[in-house]
Amino acid sequence: MSEVLVVIDHADGEVKKPTYELLTIARRLGEPSAVFFGSPDQGDAVAEKVKKYGAEKVYVVDDAQIKGYLVAPKAEALQQLAEKSSAAGGLAAILLPSTFENKEVAGRLAIKLGSGLITDAVDVAEGGVTTQSVFAGNYTVQAKVTQGTPIITVKPNSAAPEEAAGAGAVEAFTATVSDAAKTAQIVATQPRQATGRPELTEAAIVVSGGRGTGGNFESVEGFADSLGAAVGASRAAVDSGWMPHAFQVGQTGKTVSPQLYVANGISGAIQHRAGMQTSKTIVAVNKDPEAPIFELVDFGVVGDLHTVLPAATDKVKERKG
Amino acid sequence: MNIVVCVKYVPDATADRKFEDDYTVDRVGVDGLLSELDEYAVEQALQFREKREGEDIEITALTVGPEKAVDAVRKALQMGADKGVHVVDDAIAGSDYIATSLVLAKAIEKVGADLVVCGMASTDASGSVVPAMLAERLGMPQVTLASVIESQGDQVRIKRDNEGSTEVIGATLPIVLSVTDQSGEARYPSFKGIMAAKKKPLDTFSLSDLGVDAGQVGLSVAWSQVEDTTERPPRTAGEIVTDEDGSGADALVGFLASKKFI
Ligand SMILES: Cc1cc2nc3c(=O)[nH]c(=O)nc-3n(C[C@H](O)[C@H](O)[C@H](O)COP(=O)(O)OP(=O)(O)OC[C@H]3O[C@@H](n4cnc5c(N)ncnc54)[C@H](O)[C@@H]3O)c2cc1C
Ligand SMILES: Nc1ncnc2c1ncn2[C@@H]1O[C@H](COP(=O)(O)O)[C@@H](O)[C@H]1O
Repeated sequence: MSEVLVVIDHADGEVKKPTYELLTIARRLGEPSAVFFGSPDQGDAVAEKVKKYGAEKVYVVDDAQIKGYLVAPKAEALQQLAEKSSAAGGLAAILLPSTFENKEVAGRLAIKLGSGLITDAVDVAEGGVTTQSVFAGNYTVQAKVTQGTPIITVKPNSAAPEEAAGAGAVEAFTATVSDAAKTAQIVATQPRQATGRPELTEAAIVVSGGRGTGGNFESVEGFADSLGAAVGASRAAVDSGWMPHAFQVGQTGKTVSPQLYVANGISGAIQHRAGMQTSKTIVAVNKDPEAPIFELVDFGVVGDLHTVLPAATDKVKERKG
Repeated sequence: MNIVVCVKYVPDATADRKFEDDYTVDRVGVDGLLSELDEYAVEQALQFREKREGEDIEITALTVGPEKAVDAVRKALQMGADKGVHVVDDAIAGSDYIATSLVLAKAIEKVGADLVVCGMASTDASGSVVPAMLAERLGMPQVTLASVIESQGDQVRIKRDNEGSTEVIGATLPIVLSVTDQSGEARYPSFKGIMAAKKKPLDTFSLSDLGVDAGQVGLSVAWSQVEDTTERPPRTAGEIVTDEDGSGADALVGFLASKKFI
């Protein structure tokens, strides 16, 4: 069976959930091989994790020459890996978690390999037909790569991770990074502070606040914590400096597709919808009965979020005991 | 110094966007405009020049798109760009990222650029891939998704929000830069700017002007093909309650429990 390269999503060797989703999807297309860009001494631990989701091989690509520069070296490394794989037993597809960085890697890789590219897939079926959600979630599009090796970036929450035993054979891969790929240097990195809450794009429940919070996110955060949810924000809340940009949901922030999305004090502008419209269940609290967000909701409360949310938080805690 | 700003003409996001029978984006039946996210690119190009008083800097606004796409260039000229380039050719219709980036790269080479500025994404395709592809094709450093841009001489530094961190990226001109909507509000064209734009040079190029073979672009040779599009069924109206003396919280928690979220 042909190989499917799956780029592992991780933070310093800590494998993230989208990796398992991608491995699950990859098994529909061929034999998954996970690609780990990172420190070689973390390779074995990572392999142990990904082989539970069907990774037959784990390419460990030492990122010493890669991590100091933006995007281009990763694209070169994947090109070399893809060429090796094609020459060996055939390459069915390359899957990457759909982050901004990986979309850029995928774009460069597509040109290098002469392959078609599909970004932001929310599903990939057997045969490689992808589903995308476009125009702020108003349309779904079925598409297929028709030239070269399909390169597909896949959004978080696109599949339920299913375990399957893989061999997880570790193979060190040394990429040759050209000087031309080392021209955009990462001069400084400032890690974001951990919040202790689930990651926005991976969470099963997201509770968001907008301008209607008036800058006080306590009710929103309290309710989120009672549900074990991630916290999100509208751009208005981010632009006001109430929440960091990393929490923004929408066209120019994160796209989330949780089981439950709770919008509080958010009007429901098209650019906000673009980031949350595909949530399975949508709930809103807004004091304006005419707010457009109510057109989307499964359940809505017309009321002040600063009274509704704290009361609801207490009741959730009561029920959970 | 030459700056080229890539501006895309897109269907208005607040209108009912739809597809043609061949599954390409309807760019004619729906009102279009300069992509809002490319206004930030024009703004940063203008600010780049404004910070370099006394230097001879020319800003060219470039678009690849149908007849009406020239509106995107006009808006950029009104904001303050010096000249416009519109690449239009029937053969380009339905092009994918690969072909679009090819045509853009050829046009940029023709104009000549020390700095290429793009938006963070087009508001219709929202791929965020064209700037990276341009860097690949032009062999320039890729300095993308900037929220803060600083430069001195031929050195450029930007701030970029990544998944788990904020990074500072440094590179030497010529570069491909893309900017986010965090980079600062774009200016409105002034009355003077609108009048001045009418006299600014605007070149129209076809594929042959750029030396691009028509067989390399367009829908029929796209490396990915759309097989179907479906309009999402409107969400069925949900239940809306009005909070009175705590009834809202009760109803909300009741709903969440009924859906097994608690
Ligand atoms: C190019 C572009 C990209 C954009 N990208 C994004 C994006 O990624 N994400 C995004 O969110 N936006 C984005 N926007 C902005 C978007 O258009 C809206 O301006 C924004 O979403 C509004 O945020 P909001 O709903 O919090 O604020 P508002 O629209 O001001 O709504 C506030 C709501 O709070 C309600 N309210 C007030 N007080 C209370 C209270 N005490 N209790 C309950 N409800 C209350 C009000 O009734 C109102 O409905 C973008 C815009 C552009 C042009
Ligand atoms: N047809 C086009 N004409 C001009 N610029 C474009 C075009 N398509 C994309 N771009 C530029 O590339 C950026 C990213 O586009 P995309 O990769 O389509 O999301 C946009 O913000 C524009 O700056």
